[in-house]
Amino acid sequence: MEVLGILIPISLGLGLLGLGAFWWTLKKGMYDDPEGDSRRILRKDYDDHPKP
Amino acid sequence: MSDTLHAPPASACPACAAGVAALDRVQTPPEDARLVLSVPDAHCAACIATIENDLERMPGVQSVRLNLTMRRVSVQADPGTSAQDVIDRLQRLGYDAHELDPGTLSMTETDRQGRDLLMRLGVAGFAMMNIMLLSVAVWSGATDATRDLFHLISALIAIPTIAFSGQPFFRSAGRALRAGRLNMDGPIALALVLTVAISLYETTRSGEHAYFEAAVMLNFFLLAGRYLDFRARAAARSAAQELAALEVPRAIRLEARREVTVPVADLAVGDLVLVRPGGRVPVDGVVTAGRSEIDRSLLTGETLPAFAGDGTLLSAGEVNLTGPLTVRVTAAGKDSSLHRMADLVAHAEAARTRYTTLAERAARAYAPTIPLLSLGAFVVWMYISGGDLRLSVNIAVATLIITCPCALGLAVPAVVTAASGRLFRKGLLIKDGTALERLAEVDTVVFDKTGTLTLGTPEPTNPDDHPEAARRVALALASASSHPLAQALARALQDRGIDPATLDAVQEVPGYGVEGQWQGQRVRLGRAAWVGAEAGDTTAACLAMGDQPRAFTFADRLRPGAEEVVAALKAQGKQVCLISGDVPAAVQAMAARLGIDDWQAEALPQDKAARIDALHAAGHRVLMVGDGLNDTVALTAAHVSISPATALDAARTASDIVLLGRDLAPIADALRMGKLSTRRIRENFWQSGIYNLIFVPVALLGLCTPLWAAAVMSLSSITVALNALRLK
Repeated sequence: MEVLGILIPISLGLGLLGLGAFWWTLKKGMYDDPEGDSRRILRKDYDDHPKP
Repeated sequence: MSDTLHAPPASACPACAAGVAALDRVQTPPEDARLVLSVPDAHCAACIATIENDLERMPGVQSVRLNLTMRRVSVQADPGTSAQDVIDRLQRLGYDAHELDPGTLSMTETDRQGRDLLMRLGVAGFAMMNIMLLSVAVWSGATDATRDLFHLISALIAIPTIAFSGQPFFRSAGRALRAGRLNMDGPIALALVLTVAISLYETTRSGEHAYFEAAVMLNFFLLAGRYLDFRARAAARSAAQELAALEVPRAIRLEARREVTVPVADLAVGDLVLVRPGGRVPVDGVVTAGRSEIDRSLLTGETLPAFAGDGTLLSAGEVNLTGPLTVRVTAAGKDSSLHRMADLVAHAEAARTRYTTLAERAARAYAPTIPLLSLGAFVVWMYISGGDLRLSVNIAVATLIITCPCALGLAVPAVVTAASGRLFRKGLLIKDGTALERLAEVDTVVFDKTGTLTLGTPEPTNPDDHPEAARRVALALASASSHPLAQALARALQDRGIDPATLDAVQEVPGYGVEGQWQGQRVRLGRAAWVGAEAGDTTAACLAMGDQPRAFTFADRLRPGAEEVVAALKAQGKQVCLISGDVPAAVQAMAARLGIDDWQAEALPQDKAARIDALHAAGHRVLMVGDGLNDTVALTAAHVSISPATALDAARTASDIVLLGRDLAPIADALRMGKLSTRRIRENFWQSGIYNLIFVPVALLGLCTPLWAAAVMSLSSITVALNALRLK
């Protein structure tokens, strides 16, 4: 059962990491144009020179 | 699309354009213009490529980004690049566009609220996953110290989460309670707080059941519903912002031989105002100098331009067509006809009873039952168990969790979001969240004529009936004028590949027409009386050339989809009426063409509203479709209203739904979608009701474990959401 002492902090840490990532995407406005982004990914002109 | 007939663009200063080109992308100048335009027709990856690549090549433009979700393109450009240039460019690509005000669209209060809600939703989601991980361990048999430890860790995650993510519910419940009401958030807040409190108590007493995951899950699903609801409302709000017209109400006042641009509000009775050709008359007044023709269609629905000369009375909102006019103000501000119209609208708005939505009706019936039921469970179990407080509170909390309207909170927003998304893709912008439900009840559809069923642009009907020489002369004369009839004629003749005749001494006589010399004889194109012809009852421009005058007749161009939409509405069993301010002959012709039996002509704004009130009184539910200032009162009085994006801002503000494209056909879809979504909402209510009916007795009997609560909650929420997605 000692392994719990390691696993629980790890799982909580991963959860927090996920939350942090979500917070970052939210701040960067990545949910502003979901439909457009889903189409843009299919375009070639973003492959080499991604637009800001 | 590219054959769109549009009014000539306001000429951009050529010097500016040259200057911009010369500047040629120097490092970002400090005050560059950000233009935001609505492009309702953009819909695919190819559209992104076409629009962005083309606009980026435009001189003065630095960056372009098309937002496909909002159907908006934002352009970063040098100052001096006018929105009109971008609109023209898009027009040539085949996209209709209209300018939006970037000031009101930039990071507003609504955006902040949306991100705030999304953040709370995210926190609740991640907390839910982590707690569920621990709970699964408990459910699958962790005991004693391990279980207590897991409960404790769950508590450490759940308490801050509820404190943060539950705030929208706590605040709303607090507000309602202070006002002495009980809304749906009351029981929700109670359930959240009680569940966490009792679970914490159980944890400290190393009890078997803790409901932390249920509390966080409840919070998560309810927030999801709240967020969807917010999105629908935000879309409505931004629609209203979007449509706030950019036309700043200004007027040119003549002061001692000087022209001063002043806000319309500063004008006083007796002031002299200059109205340039193409400009809108800002106030009520009487013409003191100049001759022109004025377009009254937005006010009265008349398609024929009226003559204006010395002494003609003008009303605010009319458009000056050919010559400059000097107008003496007779009524400004509160007394003007525009303002009287606004008063009528306000009056109609006050008379409109607030619509009670299905969700509100359900909540009103349901909100008090939840605390009552759990209180009942508590009292009965206290009696049965002979005063076992811990057991009774546990059962009461389980009942509270099961009855909490998780699915109910999602039932309406999920459907409304799905439906308005579908309609948006078809080119309809829902401004009011309740509009869909109201659409479902509609049985009568009333159309306006000019600008709604028609595009409000004239089209020559008989250019082929005239001899070649007459057509060549007519083209040459028509090209010299900016009058809408002349332009329509010139365009039609050019399309037929006719070369203009060579004329001398061409001049426009404002208010009458154009004249010139052709092979030594005088030729005129213009009003019937002026060229010496008999005035007919159809819109016509007459050509005087030698022996006898010839008449080029015009008809208003039918909006695409008008015939289909009337046919579709009739097929759906709706009653269709046409009410217009235009003359009977024109209205009758239109009604006959579209197969509408019930029509009314020469209707004043009050008449239109009275007709709609009469229909309401007879028990009908009316959908009004209109665009003009003369329709605003009727739009407000109707049960639901739709206006095209080209409508006057007052009309768009008064209506619930805005048609973004030029095509009218989506109106029939909107009605169908309204019916369908109301049905889905009812189904969702039934579904969540059935879940409750089955599981409330289980909870009341004290058999409900945290596992049961979690399973029921997620199952009912997911079925409700899936049902909403079935909307086609």
